[in-house]
Amino acid sequence: MLNYIWMGMILISVVVGTFTGRIDQVTQAAIDMAKLSVEIAIGLVGIMALWLGIMKIAEASGLIRIIARLLRPITIRLFPDVPDDHPAIGSIVLNMSANILGLGNAATPLGLKAMEELQELNPDKKTASNAMVMFLAINTSSVQLILPATVVALMGVVSSQIFVTTILATLCSTIAAIFIVKVLERTKWFKLAPAPEGAATEGEPPVERAARDEGDER
Amino acid sequence: MIESFTDGLNQLARYIIPALIVGIPLYAMAARRVKVYEVFVEGAKDGFTIAVRIIPYLVAILVAVGMFRASGALDVLLNLMSPLLNFIGFPPENLPLALMRPLSGSGSLGLLTDLVNEYGADSMQAKIGATMFGSSETTFYVLAVYFGSVGVLRSRHAVPAGLFADAVGAISAVYLCQWLLG
Repeated sequence: MLNYIWMGMILISVVVGTFTGRIDQVTQAAIDMAKLSVEIAIGLVGIMALWLGIMKIAEASGLIRIIARLLRPITIRLFPDVPDDHPAIGSIVLNMSANILGLGNAATPLGLKAMEELQELNPDKKTASNAMVMFLAINTSSVQLILPATVVALMGVVSSQIFVTTILATLCSTIAAIFIVKVLERTKWFKLAPAPEGAATEGEPPVERAARDEGDER
Repeated sequence: MIESFTDGLNQLARYIIPALIVGIPLYAMAARRVKVYEVFVEGAKDGFTIAVRIIPYLVAILVAVGMFRASGALDVLLNLMSPLLNFIGFPPENLPLALMRPLSGSGSLGLLTDLVNEYGADSMQAKIGATMFGSSETTFYVLAVYFGSVGVLRSRHAVPAGLFADAVGAISAVYLCQWLLG
């Protein structure tokens, strides 16, 4: 999927850029964004270290286990493949809490920690598991209770009006995300191979593998 | 009433991070005798490796997004989609923001600033825009960073699901604002 989207985006950019006479800007954008990516990642180092440090303390004190247990009734429905007492549940819950409270800086390190723990459970390390996709979809749909500081700064007194609409809109998109993930993970294009064959399937797009599972084996 | 409530929430938000930074170690030390300093350093060590690991994925996604934006392809997409959007009553002024939101955080913030400058913060266009901005995330960035950090290459249904949720979010932002603030 990402292969096609990525190829499509850069192909369209160069073709459209040629016709609109903006090919220089396209070149410049490619160079600038490559630079920016590294700046973003390096900028993350300190914040990541801070939150991962605090998280480690929370883990050592048993706080994460307590929070994870409290929210288990919800998470078991969203992530049925993750065992009850797995640390991933704790990280997922903390990431969502950070998102709800509008703590973007804290949410990313917690989310990455959750991904790492989900990867431990993932039989095929190069392919996203159902739990990973669900976690990502909930994250991108952004459950949020507190308006981003940038929005408050821009909108001034009007911010309080859009407070309610933002929460309701975010609720709609999160419900839509959960629903569509549950539907898509069962379709033949996206469903996981029943028994991952490890090295044998490496480098093969999931579409082909799903098609083969439809009974094309000889 | 809503105003003072939101105000209170945003006031409270300023204390969340300090409270977490002091509260978690305090609980760990007081209740569980955790060696907080040593454990903190132990956890913080992973910060560098994770941040560096996402670089190649970030470069791949952000370069493609940047080229797409700079080429004017977004405007072409806009023209192609306008008949459909007119049909469902989606305001054309908010379309660039809706399309930009999953691609770029800074780009969509720029478009929101444009809307506020052009129509005023009190206008329906700005309110819809701010709701859209606040209710969604930069899907492609999150995808690149999260999958990149663990080296997952095949994202399966993550992209279609994320974009579907973004579309639902954008459309509900329009209708909710028109209904509640109109």
